[in-house]
Amino acid sequence: MATIHEPVVERTELIQNAAGRLVPSLANGRVQIPYLGVGQYRPQGNKAAPPVRSSSEYPENGDKRVSDLETALRACGLSDGMVISSHHHLRDGDAVALMTLNAVSRLGARDLTWFPSASFPSQKSAIELMEKGVIHHIEGSMNGPLGDYCTQGKMRGMGVLRSHGGRWQAIQDGDVHIDIAVIAAPTADSFGNADGSHGKSACGSLGFALADSLYADRVIVVTDNLVPFPCIPWQIQGNNVDYVVQVDSIGDPSKIVSGTTQITHSPDRLRIAEFVARFLRDAGIMRDGFSFQAGAGGIALAFVDYLRRMMKEVGVKARFVRGGSTKYLVELLQEGLTDYILDGQTFDLDGVRSIACDPRHVATSPFTSYNFHGKGNFASMIDAVVLGATEVDVNFNANVVTHSDGRLLHGIGGWQNCLAAGCTILALPSFRDRIPVIVDEVTTLTGPGELIDVVATERGIAINPLRQDLLDAVKGSNLPIRPIHDIKAEVERICGGKPSRPKHADRPVAVVKWVDGTVLDTVWQIG
Amino acid sequence: MAIATEIALKVGEAGRSGSGVRSDLHVLVEPRDSGGVEIALESRVGLYYGDSILQQTRDVLEQLEVQDARVSIHDEGALPFVISARIETAVKRAGLGNGKMTIPERLALPSSSARDRLRRSRLYLPGNEPKYFINAALHRPDAIILDLEDSVHAAEKDAARILVRNTLRAVDFGGCERMVRINQLPLALTDLEAVIPESPDLILLPKTERAEQIIEVDCFITELKSKLRMDRPTWILPILESAQGIENAFAIATASPNAVGLTIGLEDYTADLGVVKTIEGRESLYARSRLVNAARAAGIQAIDSVFGDVADLDGLRRWGENSRALGFDGMGCIHPSQIEFIHNAFAPSTLEIEKALRIVAAFNDAQQRGLGVVSLGSKMIDPPVVERAKKLVAYAKATGAPL
Repeated sequence: MATIHEPVVERTELIQNAAGRLVPSLANGRVQIPYLGVGQYRPQGNKAAPPVRSSSEYPENGDKRVSDLETALRACGLSDGMVISSHHHLRDGDAVALMTLNAVSRLGARDLTWFPSASFPSQKSAIELMEKGVIHHIEGSMNGPLGDYCTQGKMRGMGVLRSHGGRWQAIQDGDVHIDIAVIAAPTADSFGNADGSHGKSACGSLGFALADSLYADRVIVVTDNLVPFPCIPWQIQGNNVDYVVQVDSIGDPSKIVSGTTQITHSPDRLRIAEFVARFLRDAGIMRDGFSFQAGAGGIALAFVDYLRRMMKEVGVKARFVRGGSTKYLVELLQEGLTDYILDGQTFDLDGVRSIACDPRHVATSPFTSYNFHGKGNFASMIDAVVLGATEVDVNFNANVVTHSDGRLLHGIGGWQNCLAAGCTILALPSFRDRIPVIVDEVTTLTGPGELIDVVATERGIAINPLRQDLLDAVKGSNLPIRPIHDIKAEVERICGGKPSRPKHADRPVAVVKWVDGTVLDTVWQIG
Repeated sequence: MAIATEIALKVGEAGRSGSGVRSDLHVLVEPRDSGGVEIALESRVGLYYGDSILQQTRDVLEQLEVQDARVSIHDEGALPFVISARIETAVKRAGLGNGKMTIPERLALPSSSARDRLRRSRLYLPGNEPKYFINAALHRPDAIILDLEDSVHAAEKDAARILVRNTLRAVDFGGCERMVRINQLPLALTDLEAVIPESPDLILLPKTERAEQIIEVDCFITELKSKLRMDRPTWILPILESAQGIENAFAIATASPNAVGLTIGLEDYTADLGVVKTIEGRESLYARSRLVNAARAAGIQAIDSVFGDVADLDGLRRWGENSRALGFDGMGCIHPSQIEFIHNAFAPSTLEIEKALRIVAAFNDAQQRGLGVVSLGSKMIDPPVVERAKKLVAYAKATGAPL
């Protein structure tokens, strides 16, 4: 028997895209469109649609339960080469994705595409399934051991990295056709209505699974908290669900949400957070009725805490804030400093409690928030967003998916989509372990510099020269505004010169999609 | 994790490495009779700076005249001035180096510090912990203290001395006054030999009890500087940490024209007294007041102890406000988060500033009109009140308060 894990070298040409990056013309047999520039690619035609179903095919009493996942998968017509999707609203605590993939393996199916909304280190045993030939390749974020497996060129197919909005867009545009979606549900009824805000494995929002429930051929809901119909609220509608499977546990609650998210204690990072908050205040962005988004990283949390104090001092409140919700956003809501939280995912117990009982804390999906091929989305309506990155170059282009050595580090998440905000701020330490963060050219382009407005480091704040309005707005403030070249030169002096650039092999192992589905950059095999 | 301070300090080892260590490196130098220099490097940043670290290692060994040795390095992202300090330490511990040293390129020396400059906050940096140095000045304390004394293990004094020496040369501390806390005499003299050539602005002498100690340190510094043909001032700040030190406060304050202040160490002082250190500080009220009085009598600054609970920022604010009320000019700090609170505690209130400005205006007005008596409304203002108001306005200006 031929060794199954021998990578198939795809016959692909490399094309230079509008960002000057070499990208493959084919990925997993599909023709790729190279990135054309921000807002340039506008495909025509109609969206994809799931097959027609009739209610007469389903039990009249609405009870869609089957005995176990294998039965459900068999009933869904599982066969070789299918696309199976899963979701990361249970984060590193998720048990359902692996449960599904192992069931698929026992049923003898092969060469599947696993299409998670994100993969996590706890799912590293998917490597064994790739080695055995059950999984052909992963389309979705990979990091840790899965990321290394991919960048070492061991995966048979090419990795495809998409933003949260890009994943929705890929599904609805027919770029990815999901054969079977398996949705982990902290609460569900036997009809398939499902909710994430209640139950022992409560995680908050189920937004990442919504597209799959609408567009997949078959949808399975897996729950460890089955309630009599109706499950209220229903974030996933049972009318889109084929089968319901009850299990003892869908995951490890301690890894689904953290008890409390941790604010940074590092004085340098606190300084960055304070700079960002002061920037919003001094630039006049923090004003009555404004909106912002910040994630759950240590700097972002500290930023929210500083901003909260400044909002109180000045006496302004936000109309809405966007999460990743955490205790710190919930405090804003409770103190009347924001009217609403529009929540994409829920990071800690305070967030979960709040979304379950406060009607002003609303679950959203990548469709409402991020989808580029919708009739608008929330991301571009936000006044300011605070993000991280691994590297940023002197033209404000940024990398969030790889380490500076080219290994996969993070998923894109909502990061790319958020760049559409009125003011996009990257909050970063100027160097990590002697490695400068501001570079001549980023290792992997994830966000075009024309959309990145501000880079805030502990050594000063650089404003993109394209944003003269922001430069003018903070003139006269006592913020340390500096040219990005200036900060870069200082850090290179501290670090003892420019770092050498690691070499990579010529073989693409993954593509980084832009929000519109075009290919922005390539992840190369290492070594 | 390899920690050199652990009991069996192997000959030829220096620095630390391991998963919890950042910005440091562990070096092992094993001398041999022949075979030249052989370097084994593992580095967290090897991909980016591996070649540069190897080159630096070879250069440093050459300067130290090491010809035959096996050198193993585990680097955790140390900056160049740390790398050379650790290698030098390891070489010396291995009995090599011929008494040579290898010093990093010196940054432009900042201008020397004024004897009565602002000293509200002085941030302590453990002298053998390189990760805190680079960003310390960003948090804008009035001074940083590179500590060779209590934060450095007895077995690591040699390593800290070399590291602090390199730090004074290679790290930009911006507008901060650059202070070094040396060890007690006689170790103090070895410390001074290492650091004085790098022009620290001020030397803190711990556990000062008698004027003679200040005189000895001052003479030694003067001698060193004349040998080096240096004429920058090196101020001295004695730390009083015992009942005897407090009793001799005035004599110590006046022992040298280079003494610019007196400060107190409350952990040791309360231990000497045999009392418990409390958050209200009643047990040290006498000592602190006496210190303030002695400093004022000598015309120098009085600087309070550190506040040890980093998490209790409210307690810190109260302590600082009380310090200022007692007559202190500043205090020490052990975490950057304390700096802002200390500056706020030592800032005159808007009311105080307004009143002082009115008094100064009234004084100027009286001067212009040739009046001997200054009055404000129906009140006559005494000359010392005018003096205090002038000082307060100058101080507020120096702290950047809006006037």
